[in-house]
Amino acid sequence: MALAIPTVRRRRQQRLRMPLIIGLGIVVVLLVLAVFPGSIAPYDPRSMDYTALMHPPSASHPFGTDNLGRDVLSRVIWATRVDLQIAIFCTIFPIIFGTTIGALVGYYGGVLDTVFGRIVDITIIIPFLVLVIAIVAALGPGLLNMYIAVSLIGWVFYAKIMRAEIQVQKESDYAAAARVLGYSEARIIFRHLLPNAITPIIVYWMTDMALDILLGSSLGYLGLGAQPPTAEWGVLIADAKNFMSTAWWMSIFPGIGIVLAGLGFSLVGDGIADIFRRQR
Amino acid sequence: MAAEPLLSVRGLRVEFGSHRGLLTAVDGIDFDVREGEVLGLAGESGSGKSMTLRSLLRLVKAPGQVSGQALWRGRDLLALPEAEMRRVRGREIAMIFQEPMTALNPVLTVGTQIRENLKEHTELDAAARKARAIELLDHVGIPSAKSRVEDYPHQFSGGMRQRAMIAIALAAKPRLLLADEPTTALDVTIQDQILKLLLRLRSELRMSVILVTHDLGVIAQSCDRLVVMYAGQVVETGPVAALFAQPRHAYTLGLLNSVPRAGAVRQPLASIPGQPPSLLELPKGCAFAPRCRFAIAACGGNRPPLVEVGPEHFSSCLRHRDVANR
Repeated sequence: MALAIPTVRRRRQQRLRMPLIIGLGIVVVLLVLAVFPGSIAPYDPRSMDYTALMHPPSASHPFGTDNLGRDVLSRVIWATRVDLQIAIFCTIFPIIFGTTIGALVGYYGGVLDTVFGRIVDITIIIPFLVLVIAIVAALGPGLLNMYIAVSLIGWVFYAKIMRAEIQVQKESDYAAAARVLGYSEARIIFRHLLPNAITPIIVYWMTDMALDILLGSSLGYLGLGAQPPTAEWGVLIADAKNFMSTAWWMSIFPGIGIVLAGLGFSLVGDGIADIFRRQR
Repeated sequence: MAAEPLLSVRGLRVEFGSHRGLLTAVDGIDFDVREGEVLGLAGESGSGKSMTLRSLLRLVKAPGQVSGQALWRGRDLLALPEAEMRRVRGREIAMIFQEPMTALNPVLTVGTQIRENLKEHTELDAAARKARAIELLDHVGIPSAKSRVEDYPHQFSGGMRQRAMIAIALAAKPRLLLADEPTTALDVTIQDQILKLLLRLRSELRMSVILVTHDLGVIAQSCDRLVVMYAGQVVETGPVAALFAQPRHAYTLGLLNSVPRAGAVRQPLASIPGQPPSLLELPKGCAFAPRCRFAIAACGGNRPPLVEVGPEHFSSCLRHRDVANR
């Protein structure tokens, strides 16, 4: 028994770590593709070759070509940049604004908490996707309007998580100790409590990025997000939908891109959550 | 002994409005802390000793209601504006807690936490703060302080954490240290070291200490005077030597009898029968009467006041003579 315990623990650690490593691997590859698409992609994603329309995968075009003779591999690679941008720009405002609001609401409570509760009710009652589509439809299609729409709603979820965490942290002894040392409330909230409450935010951020890539692709597919001829996975699939039975490669590869990105960020999020769970 | 006390608490009350009625955690207590003395605050769990300490620095949160007066060098701590209160906290009065693990911020290094206090309350520049942080850790007895100063709290052992907490609390050289059961979470050997450290720092920094504890051994070892609390009231107060030699309150006597004494003939420990009363419905007279073997009919009458029973020795026991001559 005494010998068995460490082995079991080691095995469990390995089991927990493997998905995280795979997830990190995927994310790193995607990041490299997104940062240096020009030097990795074999062709210009917009250059059309009318002598090679809808060619199936071959040595010169590993992912084939589309109906305008553009190289699908190059377009999928360039789309990585757009889709990772979507993941970041959709979350950057929510994470900053939502965490700040959540920290303040969690710390001060009272009327602030009541008002915030109503805002949460209003946003949660309507399905996220429907709400985003409604806002984008009102503002007009395009990536910028999509960022605005997602940011308007997305911060609420970060704030909700932060509020709950701060409510726990503010009752801790170290919070009392900081108060006893005569520190200002702003210092207590943002220097002492917030770093101790940030873990679930980071975990949620990973999941949120995966969801935002899916959302960006969905809106791109519906024509509300990125606009053609911009290479974006959702747009690529939309372009390919009329050729689904004749040119499967046009839709399959961007689809794999979406799946990989979603999987990568989810695995990283899960892995981080596991690490923090074990620390506690 | 006629010197003006450093802190003078009068009629301190802490009440909580609950749905079952008004709960009185601290029931109008008076006590003084003198320059350079260690004052013990003893009592069972729920006797209001920690609440007393927390109310002095206004840590009691709603729905808690604090009233009364706490005169600190001419100012009433309980009425001070929040901005001035912040200058008192940490700079003039510091506090240390029972659980050193939870009272240290886990994501900041010990050095950072000390320097933060120095930055807030002293004029030292960055380089001086850095040096002072190491000096302070060294001073509270952390071995090779220089290499440990950038460690995180979880890299310290329990006793070292308590030392680190003391170093943080004392960085700004406060005049009064509030110690809330600082040794309860520690091993007995470490307890002893921490108490000796506190006593040494007390004389070096010339500060006063209020030591809250339920451990009479700790009090015997470290305190000059003792305040015994029961159900939110002061039942007996006096110099530790006199109080231990001849307790004048039935409750204090019970407490002393429930502690084993080295060298004495081995016999079963006497415990105090019954439970402390509910703070929602305190008995009309002496709160201890229902558990007291000395109780007489008069104990159930009006609440007995503190009377002087010896030099600086006060007891609220109606039968203090019989307790003394038991």
